[in-house]
Amino acid sequence: MRLEKCYFCSVNCYPGHGVMFVRNDSKTFRFCSSKCHRNFKMKRNPRKVRWTKAFRRAAGKEMTIDSTLEFEKRRNIPVRYDRDLMATTLKAMKRVQEIKAKRERVFFKKRQAAKERELERGIKDLQKNIELIDAPEIKQKVLEHKASAKVSKMDMEIA
Amino acid sequence: MASHYNFKKVQVVPTASEFVDIVLSKINRKTPTVVHPNYQISRIRQFYMRKVKFGQDCFDEKLNQILADFPKLDEIHPFYADLMNVLYDRDHYKLALAQINTARHLIDAVAKDYARLLKFGDSLFRCKQLKKAALGRMATIMKRQKDSLAYLEQVRQHLSRLPSIDPNTRTLIICGYPNVGKSSFMNKLTRAEVEVQPYAFTTKSLFVGHMDYKYLRWQVIDTPGILDHPLEQRNTIEMQSITALAHLRACIMFFLDLSEQCGYSVAQQLALYHSIKPLFANKPTMLVVNKIDVRRPEDLGPEDKAKLDEILSTDDVSLVQLSCYTDEGVMDVRNAACDKLLASRVEMKLKGAKVSTVVNKLHLAQPVQRDDVERPAFIPEAALSRKKYDPTDPDRRKLAKDIEAENGGAGVFSVDLKAPYMLANDEWKYDTIPEIMDGKNLADFIDPEIEAKLDALEREEERLIAEGFYESDNEMPDEDEEEILTAAEKVREKKELIRMQNREKKSKNSSALPKKAVARMSRLEDFESHLAKIGNKGDVEALRSRSRARKRTHSEAAAGEGEMEVDAPARSKSRGPSVMRDRSVMGLRNVKQKVEAENLKKKAQKMPNLYAKRGEADREIQVKRPKHLYTGKRGMGKTDRR
Repeated sequence: MRLEKCYFCSVNCYPGHGVMFVRNDSKTFRFCSSKCHRNFKMKRNPRKVRWTKAFRRAAGKEMTIDSTLEFEKRRNIPVRYDRDLMATTLKAMKRVQEIKAKRERVFFKKRQAAKERELERGIKDLQKNIELIDAPEIKQKVLEHKASAKVSKMDMEIA
Repeated sequence: MASHYNFKKVQVVPTASEFVDIVLSKINRKTPTVVHPNYQISRIRQFYMRKVKFGQDCFDEKLNQILADFPKLDEIHPFYADLMNVLYDRDHYKLALAQINTARHLIDAVAKDYARLLKFGDSLFRCKQLKKAALGRMATIMKRQKDSLAYLEQVRQHLSRLPSIDPNTRTLIICGYPNVGKSSFMNKLTRAEVEVQPYAFTTKSLFVGHMDYKYLRWQVIDTPGILDHPLEQRNTIEMQSITALAHLRACIMFFLDLSEQCGYSVAQQLALYHSIKPLFANKPTMLVVNKIDVRRPEDLGPEDKAKLDEILSTDDVSLVQLSCYTDEGVMDVRNAACDKLLASRVEMKLKGAKVSTVVNKLHLAQPVQRDDVERPAFIPEAALSRKKYDPTDPDRRKLAKDIEAENGGAGVFSVDLKAPYMLANDEWKYDTIPEIMDGKNLADFIDPEIEAKLDALEREEERLIAEGFYESDNEMPDEDEEEILTAAEKVREKKELIRMQNREKKSKNSSALPKKAVARMSRLEDFESHLAKIGNKGDVEALRSRSRARKRTHSEAAAGEGEMEVDAPARSKSRGPSVMRDRSVMGLRNVKQKVEAENLKKKAQKMPNLYAKRGEADREIQVKRPKHLYTGKRGMGKTDRR
């Protein structure tokens, strides 16, 4: 039993879930959902479909080069069971995932110029409709922000 | 190859009169028939010339067909050539064909002559006469061939019934005096069903039958009986046998009837053998003694016996015996004959030139021993010393079967599959291992060098921390960011909620209340709760007092109206003073845009004004009932959709 990755969107596919397609050259394709299956049947390239992991990787939206990614691999070399090795492995898995999460956050931050825009939009919404919610501290902050922003307005207003 | 000598395809040869009829009717059918005297003379000439030429072509075609169909004696296998000579007389045959050929040439010449004459025909009548003469002469020539044609037709009929003998294949020829049992033997071997009668010359021509031996196809030829006299005196029936014997490379089975029931003595039969012996040269030959149920060679008189022995000793001939009546030795004779023929054919091939090309391609490999070292099979010591398993021995080896029996037998006992694991520590054998952890396959992480790799990763991590890789340069602290984003999300949700409520209200099937009525129905508590929701608790009391105050002033206002400043006294109080809006700036952002818009407007109107054109401000009456929509039939479609 192992987790397979969905052929199309690369999401985890647990045993007993999803659909498997075996082509007549015996290559197997696992699909997490009918959506992925349908997209595959339409002969779409997962690298060109924006919502897939493959697209995100190809478009540089995800961390693809990193030493933490070297740990998880299909090695296809049988290793005789060793309790100590198993213990180390379990420990390593946790630690590697931790480091990976950290690095992914940095990667994400670096990539996120769009995040700034999101923040701006949030502030704008708050400025307009702050009275809809009960959040006095935020109101204070937002109003401060407004004071600084107002200076930058150029055109004169129509009465 | 068998089809090579099949004369069934020769087409029917018509008689002379039929021949002429065929050609003349063909001319009528295939050439134009209408001609008038007032046609141009060249056209008339051409019309008749065509008929003559066409007639010539028809004769030519038919005669050529005959010449091509009939086999040419020089080109076919000598066996067939000779056979045809015997049956149809070579000279007669050749002469007939030659005459046909001559007739063809004569017809060609006639046609040529008359075509030339037709060029000078000066009227329709003359041309017609010339054509008639031409065809008449052709017909006469053909009529003269009456006898040849009749002869050829007979030859054709006979030819088509000739047995299709393949001269090159494996063949057995049965020959001998009449009535010695040749046809009976043939019937035993094959399914040819040759007629067998108790009188001489029942078989009057060659017969062919086929059989299988050693998965090969063999043909057996039954020949008519031969009498012992000189070649010149032989009749046609005998000559056929002689031809077959002379030309076919086959195994010859000379039949003897020692019982003399055929009416010829043994001596006569042996004399015949001697007289036709030259035909057997270089061919496997067998003396077949038939009718041994009546008399065997051992019972022969001393004189005949001596003659027979003489033949057997001098020639390369074997003596075999059979009886078609009792079936004794029939198959043996056949097998012996076939084997003998096969052997001789192989011998012939070996003598030929072709064999070297085949032999050159063959190579028989014969390995040579490399050295004298002994290389016995390796048997391990343990295998040699191992005791043989014996179920009666009390110290016998314990088998898996015994273990099963000890633990409750089949169905109860389950084999411990983990027991034979080969691990560093036996305690580990029964460890349970997770397959999946945190959405990862554990198997993908199993790696003997994982410790070293993890160490390297930790060191890298330390270095990165030291380098400040993880320090954020964002001026806003993370929590603040999160806070603002969550607050904004809340605001958006709220707005959406309000939007949905309003939509709901609108879609209700009830009349919309005016704002005033709504305000009248609204209670202060609602307002309070709303304010509380948005965090404006402090103001509630103030509002309450204000509303009280206002209410009082409002009621008192009826008494002293003059105190208020009023712009439009004529209007009722219930309606607030409406704001005067400058429509010229509506939809425009600022003054600058307004100025721009006005400039554009002026510019656009400049030329139309100059030429007094119709503008949008002019009064205009559109056509109320357009004529084309209100007149005419309306059978199809509606009034305004046509």
